[in-house]
Amino acid sequence: MSDTTDTGPMRAADGTPLKKSLARALRRQKLRALALIAPLLIFVLVTFVVPIADMLFRSVENQIVSDTLPHTVRLLSSWDSSTGETPDEPVYAALAVDFQAASEEKNHTKLGTRLNYENPGLSSMFRKTGRGADDIGKASTKRFTDLDPAWKDGATWAALLGSDDWLADMAEWSKDDGRQPRFSPRAEAASALPMTSDVYTAFARVARTENKKSAVETKPWPVLYTALEQDLATASPESLSAVNGASAGLLQAAGAAVPGFEPISYKDAFIDIDKGWSEVDSWQTIQSYAARYTPGYFLNAVDLEKSPEGIQQRPEQQQIYLMLFWRTIWMSMLITFCCLVLGYPVAWILANLRASTANVLMILVLLPFWTSLLVRTSAWKVMLQQQGVINDILVWLGLVDDGSRLVLINNQFGTIVAMTHILLPFMILPLYSVMKTIPPTYLRAAKSLGATNWTAFWRVYFPQSVPGIGAGSILCYILAIGYYITPELVGGTQGVFISNRIAFHISSSLNWGLAAALGSILLGAVLLLYYVYDKIVGIDNVKLG
Amino acid sequence: MSIGHPEIPKPSLTGFTLPLMAVAGLCLGYVVGTANGQPLLGLIAGAAVAAALGYVLASFVPDRRVGRLGTAAVAAIAGLLMAGVSGAVVGVIIGLIVSWFAYWLSTGDYRSTVPVYATAGDVLWHNTFKLICGLIFFFLIAPIVVVLPLSFNAQDFFTFTPEMLAFDPEGYSLKHYRDFFNNPDWTRPLKNSFIIAPLATIISVSLGTLAAIGLSQSHVPGRRAIMAILISPMIVPLIISATGMFFFYSKLGNWMEGNLGLSQDFIGYVKVVLAHAVLGIPFVIITVTATLVGFDRSLTRAAANMGAGPVRTFFKVQMPLILPGVISGGLFAFITSFDEVVVVLFVGSASQKTLPWQMFTGLREQISPTILAVATVLVTFSIILLTTVELLRRRSERLRGMSPT
Repeated sequence: MSDTTDTGPMRAADGTPLKKSLARALRRQKLRALALIAPLLIFVLVTFVVPIADMLFRSVENQIVSDTLPHTVRLLSSWDSSTGETPDEPVYAALAVDFQAASEEKNHTKLGTRLNYENPGLSSMFRKTGRGADDIGKASTKRFTDLDPAWKDGATWAALLGSDDWLADMAEWSKDDGRQPRFSPRAEAASALPMTSDVYTAFARVARTENKKSAVETKPWPVLYTALEQDLATASPESLSAVNGASAGLLQAAGAAVPGFEPISYKDAFIDIDKGWSEVDSWQTIQSYAARYTPGYFLNAVDLEKSPEGIQQRPEQQQIYLMLFWRTIWMSMLITFCCLVLGYPVAWILANLRASTANVLMILVLLPFWTSLLVRTSAWKVMLQQQGVINDILVWLGLVDDGSRLVLINNQFGTIVAMTHILLPFMILPLYSVMKTIPPTYLRAAKSLGATNWTAFWRVYFPQSVPGIGAGSILCYILAIGYYITPELVGGTQGVFISNRIAFHISSSLNWGLAAALGSILLGAVLLLYYVYDKIVGIDNVKLG
Repeated sequence: MSIGHPEIPKPSLTGFTLPLMAVAGLCLGYVVGTANGQPLLGLIAGAAVAAALGYVLASFVPDRRVGRLGTAAVAAIAGLLMAGVSGAVVGVIIGLIVSWFAYWLSTGDYRSTVPVYATAGDVLWHNTFKLICGLIFFFLIAPIVVVLPLSFNAQDFFTFTPEMLAFDPEGYSLKHYRDFFNNPDWTRPLKNSFIIAPLATIISVSLGTLAAIGLSQSHVPGRRAIMAILISPMIVPLIISATGMFFFYSKLGNWMEGNLGLSQDFIGYVKVVLAHAVLGIPFVIITVTATLVGFDRSLTRAAANMGAGPVRTFFKVQMPLILPGVISGGLFAFITSFDEVVVVLFVGSASQKTLPWQMFTGLREQISPTILAVATVLVTFSIILLTTVELLRRRSERLRGMSPT
């Protein structure tokens, strides 16, 4: 506007400076685009990315040891396993409390299963100990109830360890109200009797969630007596006298009586139940896996284990994962290579034929691509089995004796053939789209300049088709290393991949941590390839059909 | 058959056509001879008959149609006399192939697709290459084709019975199809598949199309990262997705059961549908984005210029144009869910058993030929889908003014 006298910035119709107006329009455009993408992005994040992150977390998570045996683990941290001596009596005493509490909630079997992955035999030891756990607390129970029969009463314990608020709530609560009020501990009791307070918290939680009966009226667990006896043996008189409430008198009396009790050897009690508790080895395993996060599953996934001497190889007969990873890698490479060898000529002929012929032949490539994976796998089962089509034809032609039919399935050969067939379209389609762009005149020009057929192909055509080879190979390889269904059905034992082992740990052995670790390693490999694929091809350029 | 180049001289009969015909006859004769227990006789007779046939066709029967039909008829009668109906069928096939081969060689057709200046070695290589490609196409399609006749097997076998090879009607039956459509072991999974796949498709198509439109705008912050996340369900191996979903969805299911009071059965379907929807999303994104690349942006501006709101513009202008892409994306999403085993195996429970799941257990445990009937139905289904996608693709190209290739 040359005729305006305004020398300020250029303005839009509504009077705002043009720069500002444009920036606002751009921002609005960005926001609109994001608003359109947001629902899907959130959906994918919640239903896909979060589950995978959860899996990654699970591969290092190991809360179960410290959650199940909290007091034992705390004391065990100062134990030196290299001395070759089992831990001292206090550790066993803490174990007596933890183990009884765990067996009340049946958590000890879960822990046994977990530790069994690291030290086979611990599962049965934990089960056996769980069955004998009730006997451990009997002596203490008798001592307290002999001292005063009021200790048998659930109300005594509730008054001792529950806060006044909770007691008031519980008094008002009746069964018809639904859930019981949430437990809160009495502060003085919690500091004077830490272990007992912990156990009672668990007791009240179980009463609240599982039993419908009020915690105040429930018969106390025997473990409470064991815990109380240990707490009283170490508690200072001042802290005991600070505890108030209805059971304060009983507590003072018990506190005075406990020093006179003859000490119980929990160590002997445990060793009586199972010899395993006298072995340093068992304790080492508990100590090694006490941390809340562990690299244990990952070490296991690469055939290593954590031992007091540091990280070392697993025994020979337990080493399978490195072999499986290695097999997955080389078989996937072989399959990718087979796809390339078979796919290259087909892509070439599709790209160089007349469009009408090429379209007809393209159907032969696309039909397998659209056909159900299971249909193709079952077709290969029909073709390859010993009474199958291929063997029948070979026998009929007299090339193979009827008695010695070829074993073509349930081995590596079966996996390679079936997977090559299944992945071949994924190689042909990217190769085809690249070859389509290479002008056929280049090849003729090379020949007219005196190149032989081979030189013309190798020096002129092939280099231009390399992007297609890269795209197709990476796509095939990514798909191959994660394959599960086909190896499972036609691979037997020799032709299975790492993914079959992951499925085995999820559905059969229930070692989920290890499955998650194996999956994380595989995921890492795939993401690396995905990154390379993105760099070479660009994810925007993926084409279908 | 394309017409041979007139300038190509006919190859020598005795030095080229007849020896090659004899070699072809040798191979076919061996096969026929072995089937009748006399490979050696078949070998010699095959070579002799083929060479003679080549001579007769090349010298006395210039009309191809007459020659080929005549050869097929003679071979059919010979086959009928030797081995009945199946022999006649084999005879027709062999007759057609051999007579085609004879004309292909004798008229010089084999050179018709190579440049005139090609040497004999070039021609040999070119035709060998075509043969190799033919064998690869055969490898691609044969397993699928083999399944089709086997599904009509009257026996519970996975292989061709002698009755089937003799084209005896006794050897064929529809019993596996009856089993598929009547046995609840198969009908329940079929129903489940048709509940889960459409629902998953609806979710992935509606969310995916919106996002694809968003992604195709000119200024999208973090476009590459967003694209990477949205495509990732296709790239991450199914077993890993399944493992992750297995842990997370069981927690989600417990939460829904505890806090929303939904029935376990319903939650099972929700979990599988969500899982399948997310697996289908990359396909929708890729196809719809590809369609939007050719979309003329001035059309929306024109619509806005004439007073249409964004919603009206979308449904009246943009949607009809990108609809082919949306539908083929939807078909991809549908087939992904319809064909998916691993995730449903881990996330679903027995009441959400889908068709592929049932096939998977069928193949792994009790192997029943009903699977082949199911496979045939599914192949038919995929042919229909493939045709639809192909037609849509052409329509989309026409709509966008691109010439069909």
